[in-house]
Amino acid sequence: MLRLFLAGLALLCACMTASAQETALQPVLQAHQAAILKSSRKTIQPAIDAIAASGLPQAQTMLESWAAKDMWMRKADGYFFAGAKGEGGSYVLTDFDSGETVGSFDKSALKQLKPNSGVRALIATALVQFQLSDPDRAKRLAALESIARDPEASLLAPLRASIGGEADAQIKAQKQRLERLLTIGYDADTAARVAAIADMSGDLGLDVRAALNPLVVTTRQAAKSLPEDANLAAVLTPGSDELPKDQAYDLLVENNLAVPRVSADAIRVALADNIEGGRVGGVPLAQLSAEDGRSRAYAALAAEGKVPPLVTTADMDAALGAHVFFDTYAEPAAEVTAAAETALDQIALKVGMNQTLDLTLDAVSLASIYFLAAIGLAITFGVMGVINMAHGEFIMMGAYTGYVVQQIIPDHTLSIIVAIPMAFAVTFAMGVAMERLVIRWLYARPLETLLATFGISIALQQLAKNIFGTQARPLTAPGWLDGAWVLNDVVSISYIRIAIFVLALTFLGLFLFIMKRTRLGLEMRAVTQNPRMAGSMGINPGRVNMLTFGLGSGIAGIAGVAIGLFAKVTSDLGNDYIVQSFMTVVVGGVGNIWGALAGAGMIGFLQKGIEWANPSNTLAAQTYMIIFIIIFIQFRPRGIIALKGRAAGD
Amino acid sequence: MERSFIARNPSVLIFLAILSLFTFGVTVLSEGFGIGLISTSFVKTLGKTLCLCLIAVAMDLVWGFAGILSLGHFAFFGLGGYMIGMWLMYERTRLIVAESLAQGDIPPTAAEVTDAIGNQIFGVVGSSEFPLIWAFADSLALQLALVVLVPGVLALLFGWLAFRSRVTGVYLSILTQAMTLALALYLFQNDSGLRGNNGLSGLQNLPGVSAPQSVVSVWFLWASAAALGLGFLLAAWLVSGKFGSVVRGIRDNEARVRFLGYSVEVYKLAVFTLTACIAAIAGALYYPQAGIINPEEMAPIASIYLAVWVAIGGRGRLYGAVIGAAFVSLLSTWFTGGQAPDVSLGFYTIKWVDWWQVLLGVSFVLVTLFAPQGIGGLFDLWARRRADRHGADLGPDDGALREKEASQ
Repeated sequence: MLRLFLAGLALLCACMTASAQETALQPVLQAHQAAILKSSRKTIQPAIDAIAASGLPQAQTMLESWAAKDMWMRKADGYFFAGAKGEGGSYVLTDFDSGETVGSFDKSALKQLKPNSGVRALIATALVQFQLSDPDRAKRLAALESIARDPEASLLAPLRASIGGEADAQIKAQKQRLERLLTIGYDADTAARVAAIADMSGDLGLDVRAALNPLVVTTRQAAKSLPEDANLAAVLTPGSDELPKDQAYDLLVENNLAVPRVSADAIRVALADNIEGGRVGGVPLAQLSAEDGRSRAYAALAAEGKVPPLVTTADMDAALGAHVFFDTYAEPAAEVTAAAETALDQIALKVGMNQTLDLTLDAVSLASIYFLAAIGLAITFGVMGVINMAHGEFIMMGAYTGYVVQQIIPDHTLSIIVAIPMAFAVTFAMGVAMERLVIRWLYARPLETLLATFGISIALQQLAKNIFGTQARPLTAPGWLDGAWVLNDVVSISYIRIAIFVLALTFLGLFLFIMKRTRLGLEMRAVTQNPRMAGSMGINPGRVNMLTFGLGSGIAGIAGVAIGLFAKVTSDLGNDYIVQSFMTVVVGGVGNIWGALAGAGMIGFLQKGIEWANPSNTLAAQTYMIIFIIIFIQFRPRGIIALKGRAAGD
Repeated sequence: MERSFIARNPSVLIFLAILSLFTFGVTVLSEGFGIGLISTSFVKTLGKTLCLCLIAVAMDLVWGFAGILSLGHFAFFGLGGYMIGMWLMYERTRLIVAESLAQGDIPPTAAEVTDAIGNQIFGVVGSSEFPLIWAFADSLALQLALVVLVPGVLALLFGWLAFRSRVTGVYLSILTQAMTLALALYLFQNDSGLRGNNGLSGLQNLPGVSAPQSVVSVWFLWASAAALGLGFLLAAWLVSGKFGSVVRGIRDNEARVRFLGYSVEVYKLAVFTLTACIAAIAGALYYPQAGIINPEEMAPIASIYLAVWVAIGGRGRLYGAVIGAAFVSLLSTWFTGGQAPDVSLGFYTIKWVDWWQVLLGVSFVLVTLFAPQGIGGLFDLWARRRADRHGADLGPDDGALREKEASQ
C-alpha cells in the first residue's frame, strides 16, 4: 500500500517537473539518461556539455553531487536526485530543480551513480565555470588555483566568460592574468596568442615561463630533405658545434636512415668469437694488441661475411651528406614560436637583471656575516696588534651560550634577547682572563702570541667537544625571523639575513661610538699609538689593553649567537670563520674599522661572484677567493684602507 | 783558526750516532729482519715519526733560523705525498688491470689498458678520464722529480709574491695558512683530478714488490732514517756557515741586514723553497707508510701542529725540532690510541682520548710562556755549567737567540 502511494507521489513530482521544462534540469538529465547511467570518459562529454550549457544555477549542485557519488536514480521512473543517507538503510532524495525533499526510499528502489575518475575529471572541468562565478570568494580562488595547476584548452572559454562579472578586483586581476596564460597555450586564433605573448613578455612569474617554454621546445630530426609544412627552428650542419658528426650519425641510425657503427667493444667480441687456431682472420693473436692489427683482422672477417662491415669515416660522411638535419618546434604556428622566443629573451634579460639584484643582496648578507665575525678581530688584531687564533672559539662559545640559554628559556624571542648579553658577558670574561694570563706576557713576541692563542684554541675546541658532544646543537631562531622577504619569483632574502645585516650595522655604529665618543675609546687610541706616552698621561695601559681585548672577544661572542642562528652549532664552528676573519681584516687594512667593512664587502662580493660564475662548486669559490686575496696583498700590502703617518706604527 | 764542520757542531755527530743506533735497534727488534719484538704497525709508526722529524727540521730551519713562521709547510708535505702516491696508485692499478685483461681472449690494446686504469682510479669520483696532472704518472723517475719540483715551484712562486711585497710577521703566517686552506679546499673537489676527499689509497703496496709488509716497513724506516740524517746534515751545514749567519740576522733584524747590503728577499726565498722541498721529500716517504693520503691531511691545523712540535722541542736548534716532533707525535699516538690509562678523580674519569687535546693545548701555552727554549732548553742547563758568558742581558727581544749565540 505504502509503495503504491509512494509511486503515485513520484509520478506527481515527475509531472510537476515536466511542466516546468524551460527552467528545469531534470529533462536535460532524462535526455541523456543512458549516457549518464553507463558513463564512460568517451561517451559522457555530450551529456556534461548539455548540463553545463543549460546555464541553470542548480546544475552546479547537480554536478557536485554527481562527482561526489551522491546522485541516485530512482529505478521506478529513471529520475535523478541528490541522495542522503536517512534512517535504517533508506535514502532521502532531494530534487535538483526545486531543492525540496522528495521523500525517503529504500536502497533497493534506487541506483547510485558512481562516475569513474575519468568522468569525474570531466565533471570537474565543467564545474569550473560555475565555481569561477561562485559567490564564495574562497571557492573562486580555489578554482583559479586548480586551473593554474593543470591548464586545459576547455577551461579557457568559461574563464573568459567569468571575467566580466567578477566584482573582486584582486581576483579579477588574477583571472585576467590566467586568461592571458591560457590564451598563449590554447587559443585557436594565432593572432590572439601572439598578442597574449606580447602582453606577458615583461612578466617575471614562473607561470609565464612555464606557459612559454613548451612553445619553444624543439625536436632534432633528420630526413632526406626538409619537410614543407614543419615549423623549423634551425637547420644544422653536421660537424658544427651544435651537432657533432658522431651525434648526427647516431641520429640517422636512430631513424633507420643509416647502418649502425660497430663499437670497439663489439669488434672485440666479434674477434674473440672468431679465433681459429691462434689467428683471427689470418692475423696472429699477438698482433691484436694494436689498433692496426685489429682493424685488419676485422676487415678480413667482414670480407668473409662473418661480421657486419665496419662503417668507415667515408661511409659516415656520405650518409651525413645525403641527409639534412634540423630542429622543429612542436608548435606548428611560426608566428607563435617567434613571438615566444622574443618574449623569452626579454624575460631572460629581466630575470638576469633581477638575479644580479638577488646576488647583490646575497653578497651583502655574506659580507655582513664576515664583518660580524671579523669586527672583534678588527679590535684585537687591528687596534692592539694581538693575533688571536682563539677568536673563532670565542664565536663558538657565543653560539653555545645561546644554545644553553635556549635550553633554560624555552621562548625563542626572549632567549635570544637574554643570550646576546650573556654571550657578551661570557666571552668578555674569557677574553679578559686570557689577556691577563697569557697575552700580557707576550706583547713583545707577536709570533708566540699566535702560537699560545692557538694552544688555547685547540684546548677550548676539545673542551666544547667534551661538554656538548660532537653532534651539532640547534640554536633556533624566533618565529618572526622565519621566512623570507620575497620581492618576486627571482629576488628574495630571508629575514634572518636581514637581521644579521642590521646587527652588523648596529655593531659598526657601536664600535664607532665607543672609539670616538667615550673615554675608553680615547684611551684605547692613545695606548695603541704610544703606550709609554699614554702611560705618562695617567692612562693605565694594562687596564686599557685588558678592556680592549675583552671588548673584542665579547663582540665575537655576540657574533657567535648571530652565526649560530643560521649555521649548526658545533665545536669547530670557529674554524670556518677564522681564516676568513683574518682575511677580512688584512685585506681591509689593519687598525681601521672602515677597512674591516671594506674587506668584508670585498670578500663577500667576490665569493658570491665566483660562486655565480661557477655555481656547481662552492669549494672552488673559496680556493679562487684566497688566491685572489694573496695576489691582492701584493698590490696593497697594507689593505684597502691603509693607515698613514704615525698611526701606521712604523 | 778554522775548525772543521763537525768540530763546530758536535751535536750533528751525536745526532747521527743516535739515529743510526735507533735504526739498527728497530731493525733488530722488527718482525721483518729481527726477533719480532716490535710489531710491523709500530715500525711503520716509527718510520712515519722519522718523516715528521724531517719536516720538523725543515720547519725549524724556516722558523727557528729565518724567523718565517710558515703555517703552510704541511701543504708541501702533502703535495710530496700526492706526487709519489700518483705513481704508486697508477702503477699498481696498471699491474692489476693488465693481469685481468690478459685473461681475455684478445690481447688488450694500449688504449684499453689506459681506459681500464682510469675507470679503476677515477670511478669513485664518477669519471674515467685521466686528468692532465696525471700525465707523468706512468714514470717513476718523472714523478719522483715532481715530488721536489711541484712543491718547490709552488713555494718559489708563493714566496716570491709574499717576500717581494714585504709581507712579514703574522701577516705572512696568515697568508701561508690561507694558501694551505686554498690548496686543501681545491683538492677536496672531485674534479681536482686527485679523487677529491677520497684521496689516494693503497699506497702501502709497492707495485712489483712481493715482499711482505713487515719487510717493506723496515725498508721505509731505513729510507726515512737516511732522509732525516741527510736532511739534518744539510740543515746543520747550512746554518753553521755564512748563509746561516745572514739568515739568523734576518730573523733578528731584517731591516739591518737589508741595510748591510744583503738581498734579504733572496735569502728568505731560498730558505722557504729549500724547506718546502725537504718537507715534500718527508711527505713522499711518509704517505707510502701511512697507506692513504687525502686533503684532510693538508688542512691548516696540521701545519700549526708542526709549529707546536718545533716550539715544544725548542726552535733555533735542529735537534730540538727533532726531539719535539718525535716526542709530541709519539705521545699523541699513545694518548689518542687509547693506550694511556684513564685517570679516575672519583666524580669524573678523565679519558685521555677526550682530554689529550686539552692537555696539549694547555701545555703548549705553558711552554710558550715559561719555556720558550722548549725541551731543547734542558740541554742548555747542562751546557751552561761549562760555559758561562758572564755578560749583560742581550736585549728585549725575548724570542731571539742572541744570548745563546753569544756564548758559543
